[in-house]
This record gives sequence, structure tokens and C-alpha cells, in this order.
Amino acid sequence: MFRRIEVNDRTAVGVVIDGMPFQGQAGDTVAAVLLAAGKRMFRRSAVAGEPRGPFCMMGVCFECLVEIDGVPNRQGCLIPVTEGMRIVTGGRQTEARQ
Amino acid sequence: MSDRIFDFAILGGGLTGASLGWALAKMGLSVAVLDGSDTGYRASRGNFALVWLQSKGLNMPSYVNWTRKSVEAWRGFADDLQNETGIDITLEQDGGYHVALSETELEKLVSIGRRVNAQPGVNSYEFEVLDGDEIRRRLPGAGPSIVGGTYSRYDGHVNALRFFRALHEALRAAGVSFMPRHGVDRIAHDGGGFKLHTRGTQSLVKAQKIILAAGLDNARLAPMVGLNAPVRPQPGNILVTEKTGRFLHAPVQTVRQTDEGSIMIGDSQEETGYAEGVNLGIASVMADRAVKMFPAIANLNIVRMWACLRVIGPDGFPIYDQSETHPGAFLATCHSGVTLAAAHARFLAPAMAAGKLPEDVGAFTARRFHVS
Amino acid sequence: MRTVGNVDELPNEIDVAIIGAGPAGLAAAAAVRPGRTVVLFDENPEPGGQIYRGITSSTPLLQEMLGPDYRRGKELVADFAAADVAYAPRATVWMVSADRELAVSIAGRSRLVTARHVILATGALERPFPIPGWTLPGVMTCGGLQGTLKNAGLVPDGNFVIAGTGPLLWLLAYQLMAAGAKPKAILDTTQTMFRAEVLKSAAPFLASPYLRKGRMLMREVRKAVPVISGVTELVAHGTSGLEAISYRKGRGEMQRIEADSLFLHQGVIPNVNMANALGCEMIWDETQLCWKPKTDAWGRTSIADISIVGDGAGIGGAEVAAASGAMAGLDVSGRLGLISDGERDRLAAAHRDQINLYGKGRRFLDMAFQPHPSFLLPADETLACRCEEVTAGQIRATLRDLGDVGPNQVKSYLRCGMGPCQGRMCGPTVAAIIAAERGLSPEQVGYFRLRFPIKPTTVAEIATMPFEEKDLRAVVRG
Repeated sequence: MFRRIEVNDRTAVGVVIDGMPFQGQAGDTVAAVLLAAGKRMFRRSAVAGEPRGPFCMMGVCFECLVEIDGVPNRQGCLIPVTEGMRIVTGGRQTEARQ
Repeated sequence: MSDRIFDFAILGGGLTGASLGWALAKMGLSVAVLDGSDTGYRASRGNFALVWLQSKGLNMPSYVNWTRKSVEAWRGFADDLQNETGIDITLEQDGGYHVALSETELEKLVSIGRRVNAQPGVNSYEFEVLDGDEIRRRLPGAGPSIVGGTYSRYDGHVNALRFFRALHEALRAAGVSFMPRHGVDRIAHDGGGFKLHTRGTQSLVKAQKIILAAGLDNARLAPMVGLNAPVRPQPGNILVTEKTGRFLHAPVQTVRQTDEGSIMIGDSQEETGYAEGVNLGIASVMADRAVKMFPAIANLNIVRMWACLRVIGPDGFPIYDQSETHPGAFLATCHSGVTLAAAHARFLAPAMAAGKLPEDVGAFTARRFHVS
Repeated sequence: MRTVGNVDELPNEIDVAIIGAGPAGLAAAAAVRPGRTVVLFDENPEPGGQIYRGITSSTPLLQEMLGPDYRRGKELVADFAAADVAYAPRATVWMVSADRELAVSIAGRSRLVTARHVILATGALERPFPIPGWTLPGVMTCGGLQGTLKNAGLVPDGNFVIAGTGPLLWLLAYQLMAAGAKPKAILDTTQTMFRAEVLKSAAPFLASPYLRKGRMLMREVRKAVPVISGVTELVAHGTSGLEAISYRKGRGEMQRIEADSLFLHQGVIPNVNMANALGCEMIWDETQLCWKPKTDAWGRTSIADISIVGDGAGIGGAEVAAASGAMAGLDVSGRLGLISDGERDRLAAAHRDQINLYGKGRRFLDMAFQPHPSFLLPADETLACRCEEVTAGQIRATLRDLGDVGPNQVKSYLRCGMGPCQGRMCGPTVAAIIAAERGLSPEQVGYFRLRFPIKPTTVAEIATMPFEEKDLRAVVRG
């Protein structure tokens, strides 16, 4: 659904998405690296469990919520990737365990 | 509508006005409910949704009894509402807890519980005193700072906003004339009944009998019918988190998890008047205590904070009155509009329909404030 | 410029707090005369806001693709970097009180600081564009796509469609084509361009800088991409994600396009959450169909020592945003005694001229690309509130059944506006539906009453906020 165009000379950053390693780039937000990895469903909605993905990519819609390094419900579009970051998609808020 | 004379006009479409209005309409009476504006104070929008008996009524045995009657009638009331509207307001009434974070707090809780039940004339109820380990056993996720608490099987909670909506749906289904943006400017009275002059819409509503259930506005309206409602606003801050997996299945008086998954944190009592803004210092204390009670809450995001204005009288107890100078005018105000909704519908409304107040509420007349 | 990495590095008192690092915030920071503490808080990791997203780290090649307007951001960032200010990236200001206490969260820790002056430059957001299926994965905003291109050099792959109205559609299509990605189609929902009252505003537009740029972009794009104009209805289809789009041109039959991605845009509107929660006086802009804070030429609001500049004060575009930011920076400098009124006015003159120049074309743009009511008033089955999953039909049924109530009452009944986005995605839609059902203008209907925190903040962070003895007594009673 998205592909990278070769315009940036960014360093590679290795992340783990749903248990699988993926090479992103320095400067990618978590939401961008997920799109680059071919993910478009990021989570399931709280009320009805509907598939949801990123919408605004600027921190206002709260659709891009994913688990990052064990912390759930983080806005992926506001957080830059770091080496070894563990990203988990597909969660649903009302199933988060305390 | 201009010549129509309602059996009852209720000033205020909050939980109290709507509970009364629905019950009266179900008895076959013609009812109008006049509600205020979109941005009005509306305690009914900001409550903590508890159906609660514990710890209430110190120095007012009648209040313990009135509250207990209501709490015991709540299940039937919720069922009726569901049968009428199809809306399940998710009443969970399997008991509730007060939790103490220090020995001093625990002593006070236990003392209040015992003193309340020892009052003469009280229909006393049993409650349990629990130590910290027992609380942690019964409430998974309860934190190590908890030293103990109390439990009463009568207590519970409800989805407050869905309850509010269900009441309004019930009003409609029962044929009540619901009139938003009809805040009343002044009340005129002649032998035949009452004429309510409204603000914004500049219209006139006529009724044989009226009930003042307008929350804080009752203070202004009551003297128009020879009554007294010395209520003041008492802000209370509430914090609401994002939804999360259900882990708290029973309400604690200051922390509860809604059926939709959010955690609600309350409950402050401030004397700052009409201050609806968020008080960060109070929010901080409440948040800190909530995390001590349930440590897992720490990493949840607060998505909303607000202060709602409780409607509170000089002694914190309800005011129910019937006018002597303006027969047919009633007053009903309380700050536990959720807990008392069942009693309002089941016991207060039928009495008002018969032109009186039930004996249970005799102690709540505003005359108690005139100390001679 | 120095960077602030955590809340401990912030002083208790700041002279000028600027929130937002788009053109307005950057220009404001650069315009404040040296000698006082100035901190610019940015929710993002690098400056540029939305329009200049990624400007500090994008390559010349990418900048070339994005066009000359994008490169303007480099100058703004350079001026900012040379200024005597502190830059706090990844900092969320979740509260600003009327007496200028700011609650700032950086790296999961919050702190309260005070400021003598606050300049809010939090910009705009995409006008909600609710269509059936708009919550399907694969449906995004044009602004979001453009940001992703700028930040990460990503372009859509496979079949993708751009839909809506406004100059951004053409700019984005042009930028994507330069990057080697061509939309399968552009579905243009513009309805109003040729109405008489719109054409009346055309003359000033013709004299403005917008026209030349705009015509060139549209021509280039139209050569290569099928454009369907006069689209009156859009539906997104799919189960786990977008699979197809259907659209209606005028009163024709619904047509179907297979697509993996759909990018929507019908203009931008000010992000009003901070202003609303603060209690700033707000005014309804009938041309731009949005609420905005009441501000004067310096950006001053109805609340003392709090200014709002840039698109957050009313949509004007990047150049106007930068000029308005500079005006506020100069104004605050004057009020802090750093420059005389005469000097302030002298320096402000060029910025005023800039604002006037770009203002000339604004009205035409606003009217030409005004969204059609059919895209502001969605069909019943469409979700109006994405967070709480409330449909337009539920809102209409509530108004019918429960009375002529306003947005706050509807919010209480249905929960729309209570989710984490705090009404940003649904507020305008809810208000528009109420207005249409009740035969009122959105101005008469009003808006949600918002409160702090304006961004979700953890319980733990709130628990670290300062409190007094009276606060303790208000909570721990008996």
C-alpha cells in the first residue's frame, strides 16, 4: 500500500513489528514504519472492535494507537522509531489487561 | 400548546425532574418538563453514577432510611426503565467499597458506619469492616497501600449517561412534553394554577401543579412560590481515563470502572462556588490516591477532566417541600440524584400526584433551617 | 537555540512560551527580541509543523519533489535556530490556564511552569470529511499522506484515489507524481467555484500569488490523471480495509473504482481545542465555515497575555502564518520592554504587508473550495464520532426523539466527543447536523465545551502536579 522512494540518506533502524524484524529508517515515526511494512490495520476500535488504521498522521485522530515497548495505546504518528523498538498492532483498548 | 394546562409542570429535566416526570406520566397525568440551555450547569451530566447507601446520613436518620428505600427499589426501577425503553443502563449492584489509605481514614470510615447505624429511628443495615489483605483478595489489582475498608452489599453503580438518556427516552415514550431551552424566568400563580414564563423562548406554560427540580436554579425559583431552597454549588472534580480491559468489577466510592471500560476517579468537595474549571491540585491528589488504590491505573491516559457543581443544601441533605402559600407547588432538590432516583419515581411522585409528600421526607423540609 | 530534553531543564518561569513549531511558532520565536527566556514547545520531534514537516532532515532530492514553497521552511527554521530560544521537542503542553500556567509533558513526565506571555501556534487540522466507510484502514487524509511523504519518503503503492476539494489536492497530486506515484483518479467534490458570488471575489484572487501557482499545478496534474469533477457522493467499501470506492457525479449513477487507498481533503480548520478550553472568545467564520478565536492584528485574544497566531487563529496559509507569528513576537517584545512601540511598528510593517497581500486571494479560495453540505452532513449510516462510534443517524434520531438540544446535551446522550480525540474529528460534524436538523446556523448552535487536558495525559503524570493543603482537605475528608 505504501512504498519507499529513494530520496533520503537516512540510516537504517531495525524494529520488531508483531514479532517480525523490519528495517525502517531514522526519522520514521512508528506509524510511518508500519505503513512501510505493509500494515494498514493498526488496532481494533474500543466500542465495536472494528479494524482501524492511521488517518490523520498528525496526532489528532488517535486512530494510530499501537503498543510500543510494552506500553499500549501510544500514538504511533508522534513517536520516532529507535533501534530494537518492539511494536505490536491489533490491540483493542477494552481488552488491554491490567 | 398555548392554552394547554398540564397536570404537572416540572422545572428541570435532570435526573430528579425526569424521574418524577416519568413516574407521574405513567400514572396517566399530563406532564411537561421544562429544561434549561445546552451549556447549563447540569449536575446530572457530571455525577459519579453511584447507587450508594454506605456512610450516608450521619445526623439525619431519615436520610439513611430514605436512601435505603431507594437503593432497595433501584433494581426494579432499572428493570422498568429497560422494559420501557429497551435501554440497559447496566446497573451493577453487588456491593460497594470504601477504601482507606491510612489507619486514621479507616477509623473514620468504621466510626461513621457504626454511628450512622446506631442512630435512633434508623433502619440499620449491616456492613463489613475489612483489612487490607481482604480488600486485595476481593478486588484484584488493589494496591499494597490500602490498609482496609468497608463493604456494603446494598451499593452499586450504573451507567449514568445511559441512565440519563434512558430517562429522557422514557419521558418521550410516556407522552411527556419535553421542552429544552425553556428555562423559567418567573412563576405566576392564580386560583387555577401556575403560569411559567420562560426566558429564551418567551413562551408561557400552564400547569395545575409544579415541581421545582431545577438544581441550583431552585434557589432563585423557590421564593416565587413561597418556598426556600438555600442550595449552593459545591464543585467536585472527576477524572476519566481511556477505556481498558475490565478489571474492577465493584465500585469503590472514589474509583470505579464503567461498563464501557473507562476508569472514573472522584470525588472532591470544594467550596469554590461556580468554578467549573478543572482544579489541577485537586486532580493531582485524586490521581495519586487512585494510583495507590489500584497501581495499574498509573499508566492509563486521562482523556477528560471536569468539575461538576453539586447542588447542596446547608446540611448536605435533600430539601423536599410543598408550598402553603401557593398550593400545588412542590420542591425537590438533592445531591444524590442517581441514588434517590428510584425513591423519587416510586414514592415521591405518587405522593405529589395525591397532593402531598410522603412521611419519609418530613424531616427534609426547608423549615429545618429556621432555627428559633 | 538550545534543546530541552526533559521537564527538569525548564525554568519555573518563562517570559515567552510558544506552543507549536509550524511557520507561525517558528516566526514568533525568531521575532522575539533577545534578552528573555523564550521556550518553544513542539509536540513533534523536529520543527516545521505540518506544512514544513521533515524540513530539517529531508534531502535536497525530496525537497525538489515537494516544490519551492516547501523549501521556504528552511529559512524559517534557520532563523529560529539562530535565535536565543530554547526548543523543547516531543513536548506536549496539555494545559494552559488563563493565568498562564502551563502543564508540560516530556518523556512521560509532567511539570507545571508559568509564563508571562503565551503564544499559541497550534495550527489547523483537516476538516472532518465523514463518508460511509471512512474509518476503514486505507482511508487517510491528504494532509496525513503529505506529511508521510515529507517525514518518511513514503508514497502510496497500488491503486489510490484522492478525493475532495481545495488546492491541496492538486499540490499533493503534483508532488506524488514528481515522486513517481500517480493517483488512479482524482474525485473533485468542488461545487461552488462558478457561482456568481464566488466569481465576485475572483478579481483580488487574480492579483494574488495563489493563482499562478494553482493553475500550473492543476494543468500538469490534469494531463496525467483522470479527474472526475462535480462529485456529490462518496462511499468507501471494504471489510478489513479499503477495497473500492463508489462515487456519484452530479445526479448520475454511482460508479465504482477499485482502490487500496483513499486520501480525503476538504480544507483545513483551526484546531480550537486549546482556545476553547482556555475560554477565549470565539467567533464563527461564515466563509471558512469554522470557529476561530477572536484575535487582533497582533494575535491578542480576549485573554490577557495570551495570543493565538497562524492557522489556529483562522486559515491563512503558511506565509500568513509566518507573518502573524512575527507580529505576535514583536508585540510581546514591546510589552516586555525589549523594543519601543515605534521600533515594533517599523519591524511589523513588512509582515502586515505580507498578510494583506495573501489576504487578497483568500476569500476567493475560501469560497471556491467551500465544502458542499452533502459532505458536511453525512448519511445516517456514517460514523460521525469515530472514537465512540456514533452515527449521524443516531444524532438525528436523538434530536427528533429527545428534543431540540445542543451539542453538549447530544454529547451527554450519545457520548460523541468523549473519546481521546476530544471532538477534533466530530465536533464540526455534530454541530452541523444539529444546525441542519434544527434549522439554525452553526453559530447559533455552538460547539462542545472542552476542558483540559487537551491531550490525554497519564494518571501518574497528573499525580505529580503540585497541590496545596486545601486540595488535600477537599479530597481526604471526614
